[in-house]
Amino acid sequence: MLTRRVIPCLDCRDGRVVKGIQFQQLRDVGSPAEQAALYAEQGADEIVLLDVVATVAGRENQAATVRAVREVLAIPLTVGGGVKSIADAARLLESGADKVSINTAAVQRPELISELADQFGRQCIVLAVDAIQSAPGQWRVVTHSGRERTEWEVGDWCRRGEQLGAGEVLLTSWDRDGTRSGYGLDLLAHVRDFIGVPLIASGGANSPQHLLEALQAGADAVLAASIFHDGDYRVDEVKAFLQAAGMEMRR
Amino acid sequence: MRESRKVVSVVSTGVANVASVLAAFRRLGAEPQEADQPEAVASADYLVLPGVGAFAAAMQALQTRELVQPLQERIRKGQPTLAICLGLQLFAAESEESPNVAGLGIWSDRIVRLTSQRVPQLGWNRVDAAKESRYLESGYAYYANSYCLGAEPQGWTASWSDHDGKLVAAVERGSVLACQFHPELSGAWGEQLLRRWVEGARC
Repeated sequence: MLTRRVIPCLDCRDGRVVKGIQFQQLRDVGSPAEQAALYAEQGADEIVLLDVVATVAGRENQAATVRAVREVLAIPLTVGGGVKSIADAARLLESGADKVSINTAAVQRPELISELADQFGRQCIVLAVDAIQSAPGQWRVVTHSGRERTEWEVGDWCRRGEQLGAGEVLLTSWDRDGTRSGYGLDLLAHVRDFIGVPLIASGGANSPQHLLEALQAGADAVLAASIFHDGDYRVDEVKAFLQAAGMEMRR
Repeated sequence: MRESRKVVSVVSTGVANVASVLAAFRRLGAEPQEADQPEAVASADYLVLPGVGAFAAAMQALQTRELVQPLQERIRKGQPTLAICLGLQLFAAESEESPNVAGLGIWSDRIVRLTSQRVPQLGWNRVDAAKESRYLESGYAYYANSYCLGAEPQGWTASWSDHDGKLVAAVERGSVLACQFHPELSGAWGEQLLRRWVEGARC
């Protein structure tokens, strides 16, 4: 039986880990390799590194960051940020990523998912989906770091992504990201019914209880950033809490 | 160190991503290098056959580089060889993933699709080590697979996992070890396994 996973997320800019609310008000909180190694030591099941790049220099920084993290990390590493093509994904995988996550580019051109899955295998492809509530019980997919709203209903888009070859879905409640008010549980339960691949919850965690609620709502894994970066909780104590609450965890 | 660092050759065919494997052996103090020539595969002291992607594409890549025969020979002779994920599956005669494509044929068994609710199997699963295993201890391993070996090949020792049904976690015979999971991504448990293989396999 697969264990549930706890996944610290490192938001990186120019080779440093940063944290802000909905990508605003960014603060520098450390070196990616040091942070990743610390979390792995504490029992993190995986690391996600998001590094949004827009320039050629940024791409080189991103690859260097991935290489540095890979060198110290003996657990899976997912990298996302600006992947628009097979070449982009290949560069990250060659640098040491085990999986790549794609977001806006997949919405703009859904065939990208199948191209990447055909080339690298679906276990390499994480579809990152940002959703915003549009009405009670309804969510729309947003792109471009939340700036653009699409016509996609979130469950339909996740199912389409799975059909095209996504191996996992990383679902962020954009209403809650960085707010520390808990994951969007209705959203998780809604999407769970649409897909069979693993579902990773993201956005809004402030306590171990929030992580537990997301797992109970149907998530296979929980991603969190600020609760770990700010030293509020250690990964091992969070996992011990989840284990005591009845979740199967890797010990 | 009283002896020189062990050179570990990692088969690199362009199909599989080998960065994680290379980094794992560097952390152990070994000297990993990529290998894609028949002579290098035949003569390597320690050889790793990683594998990500599809069965047919991987066999095609081995054939194009004329690596099939040297691999078959070193595995049959028991030279230190570690296969990972799809690398294990390539030992079989064939796979449901790619009908009518021959594998290395070390075993007569067939690779089958997982019948679990969650496919691919992505995440950490418990491994129950065989009592007589030289390399494995029971613990948690990281998996990323949709296909598996469902039965123990004759003459080999199998350790097992369960993902809505039993699957072979690893098989071994002498200095040859094949893992369905990714030891290079399996944390401290995986590092210890790699260390036991590098230290315990006999060239």
